[in-house]
Amino acid sequence: MSTVSLPASSSAPRRRRRRRRHVPWGVYALLAIFSVLFLFPIYYLVVGSFETPADTLNGLRAAAPSHLTFANYHSLSQQFFSSTITGSLQGFYTVSTLVSLIVVVGGMIVNSLAGYALARMKFRGRKTLLLLIIVLVIIPFQAIAVPLYYMLSGLRNTVVVQALPFIGSAFSVYLFYTFFLNLPPQLEEAARIDGAGPWRTFLQIILPNAKPAFASVAILSFIQIWSSYLWPLMMTSQPNVYPLSIAIGNLLKQQSTPNYGEMFAFGVLLVVPMAAFFLVFQRWFIRSVASLAVKG
Amino acid sequence: MVTLTSPVPQRRRRKIWTESRVGLTMLIPGIVLIVVFMLIPFFYSVWLSLHVEIVGSNIPIRSVGLLFYRHLFTDPIFRGIFLKSLENNGIFALVVVPVQTGLAMFLAILVNRNGAFVKFCRTTFFLPVVFPMVLTSLIWKAILAPGPAGMLNAALRVVTFGHFTPQYWLGNVHLALPSIIVLSIWQGTGFQMVIFLAGLQGIPSSHYEAALIDGASRWHLFRDVTLPGLRNTTIFVVMVTTIFSLQVFDQVYLLTQGGPLNATSSVMYLAVSQAYVANNVGQGAAISVVLSFIILLLSLIQRQVLRERVD
Repeated sequence: MSTVSLPASSSAPRRRRRRRRHVPWGVYALLAIFSVLFLFPIYYLVVGSFETPADTLNGLRAAAPSHLTFANYHSLSQQFFSSTITGSLQGFYTVSTLVSLIVVVGGMIVNSLAGYALARMKFRGRKTLLLLIIVLVIIPFQAIAVPLYYMLSGLRNTVVVQALPFIGSAFSVYLFYTFFLNLPPQLEEAARIDGAGPWRTFLQIILPNAKPAFASVAILSFIQIWSSYLWPLMMTSQPNVYPLSIAIGNLLKQQSTPNYGEMFAFGVLLVVPMAAFFLVFQRWFIRSVASLAVKG
Repeated sequence: MVTLTSPVPQRRRRKIWTESRVGLTMLIPGIVLIVVFMLIPFFYSVWLSLHVEIVGSNIPIRSVGLLFYRHLFTDPIFRGIFLKSLENNGIFALVVVPVQTGLAMFLAILVNRNGAFVKFCRTTFFLPVVFPMVLTSLIWKAILAPGPAGMLNAALRVVTFGHFTPQYWLGNVHLALPSIIVLSIWQGTGFQMVIFLAGLQGIPSSHYEAALIDGASRWHLFRDVTLPGLRNTTIFVVMVTTIFSLQVFDQVYLLTQGGPLNATSSVMYLAVSQAYVANNVGQGAAISVVLSFIILLLSLIQRQVLRERVD
């Protein structure tokens, strides 16, 4: 697993070093144009959430509003007043957070153990299991969503069912497997000479050396589960177990004349935890995605 | 495994045995979850696609063989929708894969340098990746809103000095799929860019230096050093993007429900709407199975292409 060193001074071509004073204005201009294109929808979301309904959908003037208001956030909290009838903002947050926690923490535990066993332990059927994992990485969740819906229909409208199918993940197992495979075996040999059993070796020697792999799996599975839509759409019909994505999706689908300001406010609430998390742990986010490149 | 005549000493044999027991204990939780929630559903979907079941009725479940698969290609009404969805997925992939891969590579090359502004841009390009598709759909629904009040319509009007006629982007048979494509590219490019960035940093700087000594121009550096150095990364990105393109669901469901006139219907949207909305489970399962095999086939091709490189 490669770790990306940012910024990339080591691989910068010599050419640039030779012309140290040369400022690549062309590159900066292109970057500026693309930044505006990429940032604009986000800017629109944030600004629009503080505008009156008449201003949010008002051509270019929506991007430069005359005055800002908290009215959308206020009306959201009034609209979702009861946890059982309409669902409450607090409730949506709680469900999304709980589901993400179960998937991320549970997934790190079971998938790292499985990946470690596949990489380091000797047992019959290891190769077959590995092949199975590799094939299962490819199968998209959507392709098994329908049968899964029938298998788990007894658990509809619970928090657990929203997390259950995603804890064990062939993809995470594979990520851990490749990471552990590249770890020097001397680590374990040293531990074994000191008389440590396999479990203690894993907990005290392997875990501290596998932080990048754990961060990758945690971040990638968090992005995926926090954004998931199809599965909770199938499995929930009661507002008290709606995650954020379903609550906001319903708002988007139900309104025939959409109140964008209000929906934008909801959208901001949905993305703020994720965006804040990303900005703080940016290095790790980028590393975890970059680590995928080695796979194949 | 170990025969009686094996010279393996007692101690060693016991060690292997305990190790395999510990190994299995470590494996079991993860493997059980994966088998129960991935493997079994997959076989169940194959089974469902071969049987007919009227949900909530007393009519017994009946085996129908390959009926649902034949339906996909022969049923006069359904065939049209299925082929149209397949075609939409194809167009989506044919546009998104090259455009998004190219754009991601281009942006990765641009941000592969130092500086505060460059760092800011890197963050900016990656930021949409943490936006759930529900939210992306919501923002773009407003940007693409019909009439002169829509953001994109208003912007195009200004750029063309008032000559642009406002379009109903998501309601027009010719514009709906391109609109879905644009918002998908906005959301997905940052992810691929970061993978390319890692690929770029894996190219040894000595390759660039050697090329520079040979007097290579900037274009030649790109063609002879950067591009070959990114070969495996590109194959990986192309395959992942293709697979993602075949799974498009959320944005279609939220923004157009496959409309107008099936112009944006995707295979996955069709499968889910058949099984879940139309209660035609077998048909939905059959579509899922077909899609899984297409994806499996593409992945096998990817492995083959990657292996050629190693040989």
